[in-house]
Amino acid sequence: MGIEVVVEGLTKSFGKQSIWRDVTLTLPAGEVSVMLGPSGTGKTVFLKSLIGLLKPEKGRVLIDGVDMVNSPERDVYETRKLFGLMFQDGALFGSMSLFDNIAFPLREHTRKKESEIRRIVMERIEVVGLLGAEGKLPGEISGGMRKRAGLARALVLDPQIILCDEPDSGLDPVRTAYLSQLLIDLNAQIDATMLIVTHNLDIAATVPDNMGMLFRRELVTFGPREVLLTSDEPVVSQFLGGRREGPIGMSEEKDAATLAAEAGAASSAPAAPRVIVPQLEPSPGLPPRRAVARRRNRVMSMIDTLPPAARSAIRDTYAKNSEAATLPMPTAGSGA
Amino acid sequence: MITGALRQTGRLFALAAEVARAVFRRPFQFREFVEQFWFVASVTILPAALVSIPFGAVIALQVGSLTEQLGAQSFTGGASVLAVVQQASPLIVALLIAGAGGSAICADLGSRKIREELDAMEVMGVSPVQRLVVPRVLAAMGVAVLLNGLVSVVGILGGYFFNVIMQGGTPGAYLASFSALAQLPDLYISELKALVFGFIAGIVAAYRGLNPRGGPKGVGDAVNQSVVITFLLLFFVNMVMTAVYLQIVPPKGG
Repeated sequence: MGIEVVVEGLTKSFGKQSIWRDVTLTLPAGEVSVMLGPSGTGKTVFLKSLIGLLKPEKGRVLIDGVDMVNSPERDVYETRKLFGLMFQDGALFGSMSLFDNIAFPLREHTRKKESEIRRIVMERIEVVGLLGAEGKLPGEISGGMRKRAGLARALVLDPQIILCDEPDSGLDPVRTAYLSQLLIDLNAQIDATMLIVTHNLDIAATVPDNMGMLFRRELVTFGPREVLLTSDEPVVSQFLGGRREGPIGMSEEKDAATLAAEAGAASSAPAAPRVIVPQLEPSPGLPPRRAVARRRNRVMSMIDTLPPAARSAIRDTYAKNSEAATLPMPTAGSGA
Repeated sequence: MITGALRQTGRLFALAAEVARAVFRRPFQFREFVEQFWFVASVTILPAALVSIPFGAVIALQVGSLTEQLGAQSFTGGASVLAVVQQASPLIVALLIAGAGGSAICADLGSRKIREELDAMEVMGVSPVQRLVVPRVLAAMGVAVLLNGLVSVVGILGGYFFNVIMQGGTPGAYLASFSALAQLPDLYISELKALVFGFIAGIVAAYRGLNPRGGPKGVGDAVNQSVVITFLLLFFVNMVMTAVYLQIVPPKGG
């Protein structure tokens, strides 16, 4: 089962430019979370801070008792072995073939025999649909293939926590849909905690259990997906609707004057009420996601603290999807 | 401005310390070390030999002409050999290691950095310093020491040839003054210098390569700077080491 990631009061700036302040959230163990945000709001910086590549000025990131921000380098390196990170453009080693790239973590961290390594690597290559390309160099394949190879490399050590940096960028809608399904299937198979950073609305609507959004140097909200999907915060509804009217501007954010002018002008067609699309299910033949039952318990226990719109959306979801509720609950420790 | 320079210097030393620590951390990247050693050697051996022949010749001619005017012709051999072994040889080695090997190391690490390969490595729990920088620095040091021997021999042969054949010096006097003035510590300091210069060249190249500023252009600038910084440091360190050596090791002739 995945590991819980606890982020407390994280603050990061580059020189005088503050990226985000006081971000506090918990990625529940084994669940899939999505972090949304307009371009340039520090989503990638957030991912890199979680894994300790960048050091925020304040706050903590607790993983299995290790603080990725302040702990000694040795502990951080050790904890990183629990992670799989899929970089935006794959970040494959240019001088190695895809096979060697994907085998790299195994060769570095395990004493497995070469035949064993070959078996695991080919298995992962098959999962991401790259069979036949394993001998190619990263420079010889398309961006989408590089991305999938990067995912395969992130998966090869059976990580407990998987972080995906914009898995959709540079992929066509069909491939993005396949990738969304792949991520859900993975979650069903290895029950890892996952965080996907993206601004793709399809992924955001169908994949996660939890959603958050970064904007204006702050975490706007983070919680069960229904909270964000029903939120009437202007930023959230503008982003989910993909409209120009709202606080998000072309460069970064709009100033008050532009906003007022916009409000004065007769607003273009009012946004259609958002429908909550059902979450993706694992492909037939795979085990059910164990996170579903855990999430249900967790969400139900906190439901009274949620906004009314989210509350009724959650009740609707669970009422419609009653077979999810009757799934046999895994015993011991499932509610954590 | 000043704090910026100090910060860079501090980080350079921090990297040097980190590399020194990581040398002893298992597993040692033997394969990478051999590959880098071979690479650095292959790009430096031929130019080093080609540079050292004329360099030995120039020193021989210059010293020969001076000693002739002073009437101390019989000491030409010792003087030019000492100049080659102690000064010229480690510097030639250092310039080639920095110019040919260091620039390649810097460009390689820099392009890996901007392609996020090094970040990916760290994420997988593999330290780029241990995996990539240590083998490169050790390779630069090892090649520097061995290359220093080669350059000394070739430089002395060149000096001998020009002195004996071109200036009509006597072979016997050349060799006799050689053993009258030169001593083993001269060779030791020469090799020690080469070792230190190789270390500096490797560390500076790695430091600039690990911290390129912004994109492919930044990598080009980093390579350029790494060579210039290395040269500045080398000549300064050479001066200090020479001064210390001359103070603590008594000259043989005195």
